[in-house]
Amino acid sequence: MVNVNISYADPVDGKVPDGPPSTAWARRRDEYKLVSPLNRRKFKVIVVGTGLAGASCAAALGELGYQVSAYTIHDAARRAHSVAAQGGINAARARKVDNDSIHRFVKDTVKGGDFRGREADVFRLAEESVSVIDHMNAIGAPFAREYGGQLTTRSFGGVQVSRTYYTRGQTGQQLQVSASRSLQRQVAAGTVTLHTHEEMLDLIIKDGRARGIVTRNLKTGEVRAETAHAVVLATGGYGNVFHRSTLAKNSNVTAAWRAVRRGAYFASPSYIQFHPTALPISHKWQSKTTLMSESLRNDGRIWVPKQAGDDRPANAIPEDERDYYLERKYPAFANLTPRDIASRAAREQIESGHGVGPLKNSVYLDFRDAKQRLGVKVLDERYGNLFEMYRDATGEDPHEVPMRIAPGAHFAMGGLWTDYDQMSNIPGLFVGGEAGWGYHGANRLGANSLLSACVDGWFTLPYSVPNYLAQHLGETVLEPTDPAVQGVLKDVSERVTRLMNIGGKTPADRIHAELGEILYEGCGVSRTEAKLTAAIEKIRALREVFYTDLFIPGNPQSFNQELERAGRLEDYLQMAELMCIDALDRKESAGAHFREEYQTEEGEAARNDEDWCFVSVWEEGADGAHIRHAEPLDFKDITLETRNYK
Amino acid sequence: MKLTIEVWRQDNTATAGRFETYTVTGAYEEMSLLELIDYLNDQLVSEGREPIAYESDCREGICGTCGITVNDQPHGPVPNTPSCRQHLRSFKDGDNLRLEPFRSEAFPVVRDLVVDRTALDDVIRAGGFVSVDAGTAADADSMQIGHGRAEQALDFSACIGCGACIAACPNGSANLYAGSILQSLSVLPQGQAERSSRARNLLAEADTHFGPCSVYGECAVTCPAGIPLSAIAAVNRERARSAFRKGKDD
Repeated sequence: MVNVNISYADPVDGKVPDGPPSTAWARRRDEYKLVSPLNRRKFKVIVVGTGLAGASCAAALGELGYQVSAYTIHDAARRAHSVAAQGGINAARARKVDNDSIHRFVKDTVKGGDFRGREADVFRLAEESVSVIDHMNAIGAPFAREYGGQLTTRSFGGVQVSRTYYTRGQTGQQLQVSASRSLQRQVAAGTVTLHTHEEMLDLIIKDGRARGIVTRNLKTGEVRAETAHAVVLATGGYGNVFHRSTLAKNSNVTAAWRAVRRGAYFASPSYIQFHPTALPISHKWQSKTTLMSESLRNDGRIWVPKQAGDDRPANAIPEDERDYYLERKYPAFANLTPRDIASRAAREQIESGHGVGPLKNSVYLDFRDAKQRLGVKVLDERYGNLFEMYRDATGEDPHEVPMRIAPGAHFAMGGLWTDYDQMSNIPGLFVGGEAGWGYHGANRLGANSLLSACVDGWFTLPYSVPNYLAQHLGETVLEPTDPAVQGVLKDVSERVTRLMNIGGKTPADRIHAELGEILYEGCGVSRTEAKLTAAIEKIRALREVFYTDLFIPGNPQSFNQELERAGRLEDYLQMAELMCIDALDRKESAGAHFREEYQTEEGEAARNDEDWCFVSVWEEGADGAHIRHAEPLDFKDITLETRNYK
Repeated sequence: MKLTIEVWRQDNTATAGRFETYTVTGAYEEMSLLELIDYLNDQLVSEGREPIAYESDCREGICGTCGITVNDQPHGPVPNTPSCRQHLRSFKDGDNLRLEPFRSEAFPVVRDLVVDRTALDDVIRAGGFVSVDAGTAADADSMQIGHGRAEQALDFSACIGCGACIAACPNGSANLYAGSILQSLSVLPQGQAERSSRARNLLAEADTHFGPCSVYGECAVTCPAGIPLSAIAAVNRERARSAFRKGKDD
């Protein structure tokens, strides 16, 4: 029996304002301390990551007059992975007469997350969503418009109203480019210093507070420290732990995990979303599971052949021999059920022999009916770039034959634990965007990711970070010679040397590929105690391989991508164990965390609110111990209920 | 498939580069161009050699990180398609592929196939933004923008900032890139208040890095985001317009 080494500790306090959650944000903002305009330039804030959360946080703090140092691993701020979000951004503007409202947005999001997120945070998300659309429009994001000139919307999974704002299939790109331009505007104004091609490799802590970071310049290999009054991590999600995921190749958990190694808590690491409309794996060297936007489910119909093993081409299968299984099982939401349900249903079809394609590992997403109903022109206006992307990847034209899709690792609902003010348990360390947790519970609704990144960056951190700074007026940043700074610099340099000196034979990517296979099997769409236990053992064995057989060519004082990969992989190999530990520990099914032992008679996730209505908040002990704290979840406005999308 | 691959190898900006030739067997047509390099790199590293440095990220054609010149064509043989979405089905068994970085004086080589594209951001920083602070915006629905106008703005703002247009241009001109920024904002009401100052500052910056446009049109054939060639006309129009509006921001 594998030793899982879990211990349990005191609960943590999310510092949610007392009273009704619907008005909590306004009350909390009134309590926040302010920094006067003349004092703002005396404070320095480091923002790591320039995706939507990071770029907007850095820009907004710069606009307010703080000194900001922004870091990105990319050659340009604009390239962060927010750019790849396709379908849209939700907002509870409730302009249509489809009966949307703030309350309904919160209910959809809380329920979509299977009641494992923080209700008060979701109210803030809904409330600020209105300002986000106004602001992104004002800085030049060309949202799709109706013929009369008003903003237009579409629907996403888990929702029965139309509240998703979009720009064709490239909403993330348009928002990200606009936000990064606002960031550049502040660079030009001198409030923000932008560091490209620099990777955060550690966090500097003194007297229990976050005081700076240590980075490695990816072009020159230089290891450097920068100190500040506060640090914001907006470094994205960790889906790439699965090796093949919908994420960009450079997305990684390193900055967040290095903070964990310095004492930051990690919430719900096992809550990882499998996107139901990713491209299936079709060959060994395929580097990722390219994402096809969920918006396609507005008009595409998902089906498999009724007869298992049916080898006929899709268009040769007559209508009455097709099983539109989502429409059959979930008539109320049909093809727009939430992602966790759609992914699980697809996996069931594939495992029961109804999968399609050469490897029988996918299901159809068919636009035949939509083409007849809407015509090619409208279809292309809505999804043109997605169709093209699909055609490039597969050589097939979705106008003529159905797309083939399969669940792929996608979004991390878990992340660094923060309180209501988005501050971690380490004072001065703030977190925004996918690197954090909070809004999405155990399953994120489509188009809520761009929203949460924007709300954090533009309209939450610019209030809560100054509240912290105001309490440190007159304090200077740590000197470079401070032992706390020197100690971390030394740790980072030693780590780089240690990795370079392993001197084995295996490239990092091969080990990463093995880790991905272990996780898809053991901690994937469907989990069991046996599978998780086996995965933990395999991860530990793979770590041994890493520490004895890794090979990094070249030298660390140069542009060395193998060294980058190895460092990120080392962190994945550690956090992967915590993911499995969390999934093993949580003896219920909730959202994307589906434990086969805990399901209803109809095969749906069986939540256990009596014993598990809390967030698992993990602390990593020095000797490999996993210490679990809990933050109890209290739902005041949204009644705890069993999810039902039928 | 068996392919012969000539690759530009260069240790850093200061050193000279050279081509090295590799033979790859066992490649297949479903592979993307980048997956072919991954495959080759896996072999190189397991033989104890340094892999070919190249950059990529989303591999879905939207981040603009990748960009490799294949047999003299920036991004590869299929027009209007980024390197990550080029597949080996464009090649046949026995073919020769010559891989180089994007070639332009404005893009110094960092290593192998990686170039420094800082100049693109310098252009943005000079004026490619709308100066509105967080929280100060008016209701987005109070601004009426017709469907066609919004779509037109999007046609131009689709630029992914990869720099292929510049590498494709015999003059190393950035007019497609600069024009896409100017045009997307000039058709929207949000772009009006700073329309002249933006054109003036942004184009002055672009002129310091990039060459002039002679309307070869190679840029639009290469552009993976399909930015229309009319973007280059926007450069001349906005330049002239801003000259007539000397001293004015709008």
